[in-house]
Amino acid sequence: MAANPKIVIIGGGLAGLSAAIKIAEMGGHVELFSIVPVKRSHSVCAQGGINAAKNLKGEGDSTWQHFDDTVYGGDFLANQPLVKAMCDAAPAIIDLLDRMGVTFNRTPEGLLDFRRFGGTLYNRTAFAGATTGQQLLYALDEQVRRYESEGKVTKYEHWEFLSGVLDGNRVCRGICAMDLRSMEVRVFPADAIIIATGGIGAIFGKSTNSVVCTGSAQSALYQQGCYYANGEFIQVHPTSIPGEDKLRLMSESARGEGGRVWVPKKAGDNRDPKSIPESERWYFLEDWYPKYGNLVPRDVATRAIHKVVYEHQLGIDGKPMVYLDLTHIDRKVLDRKLEGILEIYQKFVGDDPRDTPMKIFPGMHYTMGGLWVDFTQATNIPGIYAAGECEYQYHGANRLGANSLVSCIFGGFIAGPAAMQYARNQKSLATNGYFDAERKRQEELNARMMRSEGKENPFLLWRELGELMTRNCTVIRYNKNLQAADAKLCELLERFQTINLSDRSQWANTTIVFARQLYNMLQLARVIAQGAALRDESRGAHYKPDFPDRDDKNWLKTTKAYFAADADEPRFEFEPVDISLIPPRPRKY
Amino acid sequence: MADNKTIRFKIKRQPTPQAKPQWEEFEFPWKPGMNVISSLMEIAANPVTRQGTPTTPITYDSNCLEEVCGSCAMLINGRAKMACSALVDQLEQPIRLEPMSKFPIVRDLAVDRSVLFENLKVVKAWVPIDGTYDLGAGPRLSTVDQEAAYPLSRCISCCCCMEACPQFNDSTGFVGAAAISQVRLFNTHPTGQALKRERLAALMGDGGIHECGYAQNCVEVCPKDIPLTRSIAEVGGEVMKQAVGDLFRK
Repeated sequence: MAANPKIVIIGGGLAGLSAAIKIAEMGGHVELFSIVPVKRSHSVCAQGGINAAKNLKGEGDSTWQHFDDTVYGGDFLANQPLVKAMCDAAPAIIDLLDRMGVTFNRTPEGLLDFRRFGGTLYNRTAFAGATTGQQLLYALDEQVRRYESEGKVTKYEHWEFLSGVLDGNRVCRGICAMDLRSMEVRVFPADAIIIATGGIGAIFGKSTNSVVCTGSAQSALYQQGCYYANGEFIQVHPTSIPGEDKLRLMSESARGEGGRVWVPKKAGDNRDPKSIPESERWYFLEDWYPKYGNLVPRDVATRAIHKVVYEHQLGIDGKPMVYLDLTHIDRKVLDRKLEGILEIYQKFVGDDPRDTPMKIFPGMHYTMGGLWVDFTQATNIPGIYAAGECEYQYHGANRLGANSLVSCIFGGFIAGPAAMQYARNQKSLATNGYFDAERKRQEELNARMMRSEGKENPFLLWRELGELMTRNCTVIRYNKNLQAADAKLCELLERFQTINLSDRSQWANTTIVFARQLYNMLQLARVIAQGAALRDESRGAHYKPDFPDRDDKNWLKTTKAYFAADADEPRFEFEPVDISLIPPRPRKY
Repeated sequence: MADNKTIRFKIKRQPTPQAKPQWEEFEFPWKPGMNVISSLMEIAANPVTRQGTPTTPITYDSNCLEEVCGSCAMLINGRAKMACSALVDQLEQPIRLEPMSKFPIVRDLAVDRSVLFENLKVVKAWVPIDGTYDLGAGPRLSTVDQEAAYPLSRCISCCCCMEACPQFNDSTGFVGAAAISQVRLFNTHPTGQALKRERLAALMGDGGIHECGYAQNCVEVCPKDIPLTRSIAEVGGEVMKQAVGDLFRK
């Protein structure tokens, strides 16, 4: 095959851009597809930092310790060898980003500064103020722009991925995508494709995710035959700011820099928080977890907040909110290390967190599950690779803070070269009949939706989906509710058939695009709900009061969902977890 | 009383780049904490004008809704700002929404801002690294230098500075404050300054930095408080120095 393969990458966040850079560097040509200009990808929202055990604070940190924290934090559900490889690679990734010009915070000596994050006792998190994801994305975006100006990368921004083009042997030969302005459906041949489409927050209605994080691409590929692994593991971030349009993240770095979570000891105590004396405040995380304090992993902190609010009835003003307090920290330190997030709180809530404790509550944040991939980031369909949040590989049952950025970049750095290697060994395709067929199939789907004369508004259906999933498939799960949720999802899928698009124009029509995403969200939601119903144990972010303990005998295994097209529903298989490096031990913080 | 409080919007609609724009009005119940994006979401869920006429959901760009992706810039009551952080309670009603006026319109409130990304190519806004293989640590940087660079690196490419600039228009072809500020960022980076001459050269001539008329609107509207006028002054000085030097080298 061609010495200079053509690789299609879908998604221009950290994972997609990392893969693009590697491929361009290896002499391949990249066609980079993204719904938004890649510089506006969701990676910009990552705030607190990126983990790497560089041990620059004399603490005796090591990449093995990072590996152990990650596996333990993930409650032993991650396959260990690649997690170890990621932790080993992390220090060099930080160096690379530093060389690219990321404005990491510095020590007085001019070295990289590191702070603490959840689930570890070490200062292991490099950071650029509180906008680390933005800075990292920009660094990669700039390198890709450089390759773009050299003709090695072609960008297709404002394009939506619709499906993979599979040949008669079910090998992926390219993609089918839609121009979000002209609404044209087109096929793009490729020697291999890499999916780097991020998270699925929109399935939960309001989340900390960006608008484009619908999981639509992952779901489309799952419906075409890709395995979707560990879908039931959904991270709910302990500290978000509830809003009308989304839940805005309040970074873990607020606690990493000394932020304390508390509620008034007396229910209904509506005094100004600053006038409540220390003795009348309950710092429940410090109380319950003296070793890690406010920096327990996210699943643990989230359940603790739920318990305080719903069991102890101690939410602020009786509402589901607790205080996250930074007011005891020097303003200058806050400005230097956390300004970006303090600004978000100030702009969107109106209070200055330097003066007033913030009011926060847990919000859906991240999916540990995603497309099943092997150690080369290859899915089970030849020619399709995946990297970043859209795949399942690195975080087990719960992700540690500041591990997502490193996993995105590391995954992209594996997926890019692996796709190149695969592409170089491929024989060229004889016929383009599969391309025409796939394009027609997608055009027909669009036409059918445009014609549909029902009465269901896709935006209202989506609200129902979000409320349903948030209520039943987040912090606390009961089998009865999960089964009811799945039944409701079937009903929503049925109602989707009588959808009515309030916009039928053929130019920049966001309604039909959203409707297509919604259908894929509904299909993927069933994987989450059913996967959660099946797993009768509690592990990491997956918590069932009826099965409160981790059950390694029966459930130390990866969930693999596949789509049974004839029955239009998910089916499940399980595979053992590779625990060859660290034997599972009880997880107690 | 609060129960039947409503909010009102006037939104400039344009279904295609060729079509004539027209205004539509909307009115719906007020909720606490609403911003312009959540209002546009309300309209999408119930696309009916104030007069009761069914219409289409509004097309607009958005993504992160945390004022860090730069997508949702538009004119809100005549001023270029981010729709996600534009809180309804702080705006005079009816709230007027218009697309930014200096960029080709796509539809409704969505415009094509690719000019900025093209400009970033022209000024080579990147650090020319040797490759992504492991070459050890990057250059050391003092906290002072980091603290000077960091605010510049927070530019979200929203293009508000260009919209507000009287000089940014078809006749000048002015590159705009955002790209100039990126030149300052990369020219001060220890490795980035390898391309300093080329970046400054790109800012000479038509559409270059001398087009700036010092109206200072850019720094006024920047949602990230980036010291844009300072960047223009510094880079302008460098461009001048290089131009004079080039003259003597000839």
